[in-house]
Amino acid sequence: MEAVIAINNLKKSFPDNPVLQGVDILVNQGENVVVLGRSGSGKSVLIKIVAGLLKPDSGEVKVLGQDVAALDTMALQALRQHIGFSFQGSALYDGMSVKENLEFPLVRNKRNLNKKQVAEAVEQVLSDVGLLHTINQMPSELSGGQKKRIGIARTLILHPEIMLYDEPTGGIDPITCVELNHLINKVQKQYNTSAIIITHDLTCARMTGNRVAMLLDGKISRLGSFDEIFDTDDERIRGFYNYNFIHQP
Amino acid sequence: MILIIEGINLGHLNRVKNMIGCRYRRLTMAEHVNKMEGIEQKEPVSKRISHFFSGLYEIQQFIFRFFRETFTPPFEFKEIVRQCYQIGYRSLAIISLTGFITGIVFTKQSRPPLAEFGATSWLPSMISIAIIRALAPLITALIAAGKIGSNIGAELGSMNVSEQIDAMEVSGTNPFKFLVVSRVLASTLMLPMLMLYASLIGLMGSYLNVHQNEQTSFIAFFHDAFVKISYLDVFASIIKSTVYGFTIGVTGCFLGYRASQGTVGVGKAANSTVVISMFLIFIEEMIIVQIVNAIR
Repeated sequence: MEAVIAINNLKKSFPDNPVLQGVDILVNQGENVVVLGRSGSGKSVLIKIVAGLLKPDSGEVKVLGQDVAALDTMALQALRQHIGFSFQGSALYDGMSVKENLEFPLVRNKRNLNKKQVAEAVEQVLSDVGLLHTINQMPSELSGGQKKRIGIARTLILHPEIMLYDEPTGGIDPITCVELNHLINKVQKQYNTSAIIITHDLTCARMTGNRVAMLLDGKISRLGSFDEIFDTDDERIRGFYNYNFIHQP
Repeated sequence: MILIIEGINLGHLNRVKNMIGCRYRRLTMAEHVNKMEGIEQKEPVSKRISHFFSGLYEIQQFIFRFFRETFTPPFEFKEIVRQCYQIGYRSLAIISLTGFITGIVFTKQSRPPLAEFGATSWLPSMISIAIIRALAPLITALIAAGKIGSNIGAELGSMNVSEQIDAMEVSGTNPFKFLVVSRVLASTLMLPMLMLYASLIGLMGSYLNVHQNEQTSFIAFFHDAFVKISYLDVFASIIKSTVYGFTIGVTGCFLGYRASQGTVGVGKAANSTVVISMFLIFIEEMIIVQIVNAIR
């Protein structure tokens, strides 16, 4: 299987804080890789580097065969049309309605579409996330779970090949979390995406991850299936499991 | 390791110092009070100077980037027009009120000294010189710094801390072009227009007061008002307002674009935009006045 994301010996530090100290991950075509780790372990930094929002100190990050850090602005913008990023806080544009939020990336990246095609694309992607009825609402009128879904919808409208989810279930009630996990799996099947999902929610990890990576001390300490990850005596990893409530699907 | 010991007398302090072989110094009263109130110690002067110059460098890079992005396609015409509406049209009400009151109040205050010399007939031309050369550009800019500058700083700051700018960037849009270029261009274009409008409204307010007292006709008032106004006066005011508009736009966008630390950072960006814009406006006023007077 071809790796769509290849991270090799990635290092990133901030003043007085070495965050990533040699991360290695491969994400294959069509698979979801969940990166687990404690808060502040560098998970968000990792996927921001993959999306080109941050530059690594050293190491290599290749997305669809291209070294992200080496790309110029135009090339990076072109690559980003293949990447969807679901932010932790949804990052919906406050001053725009749901419809305008979804139209925004579409009209800028696909300038040959007419108004009817844009409207159809917006309605299609809203139907996929089950929120067609919110089309004319403002982000402030949406619940947390709805914002997350609209955020995902906004990334899906460009039909990306790669999805990056930053804490998709963060701050959401358990029932809505499960619905979001199902949505992530639906996106994987329907849009044939590969994804890195960063989370500290074990239910999300179990439900959505084809493989799970544990980020500890700035490195990937374990990589495998969900059950393989926690088959260890390492107290730091066992503690992650023991202090979490697991949803049995 | 730094150890802070309170309430120890010098004799005991010397014994402790000899025992553990350390250096010590007494806190000044200010340091002691700050420590008790949990106030952070100020940075050393050298660090603050270093921050100041690195900040200047960042602003210079920001301005260069603005000019580069302005002349590079694709162009965000729709967003520029939308910002012109927000900045220009939406400010008309407050500019009208401020301009009108400025005209009336300035006329009222100028009348008594002129009346002493029997020179109230000079009022229209004196008021117009004051309004067109100085008051309209300055007052419009100060109002704009408060209204428009704080809005830009807060809006961009809020977008920055909630990752909306990152979202824009990841979706293949150039957020700098969409957010910064549009706003700076809009404020640069709209401020001269607002200034001209404020001048007109100010003169209307002045006319009202003059007509009340001297029963001067509308045409006579405006004839007298413009007889001493040259093209240089109007041109200089337009240039001033353009510079002020650019300053307000760049300051708001720069501070908002790099806001951090959540809502505290957003508040700081909005507040700093107003303060720094006003400060720069006065500096620019001083410089431009010297240049114009030299030409005159």
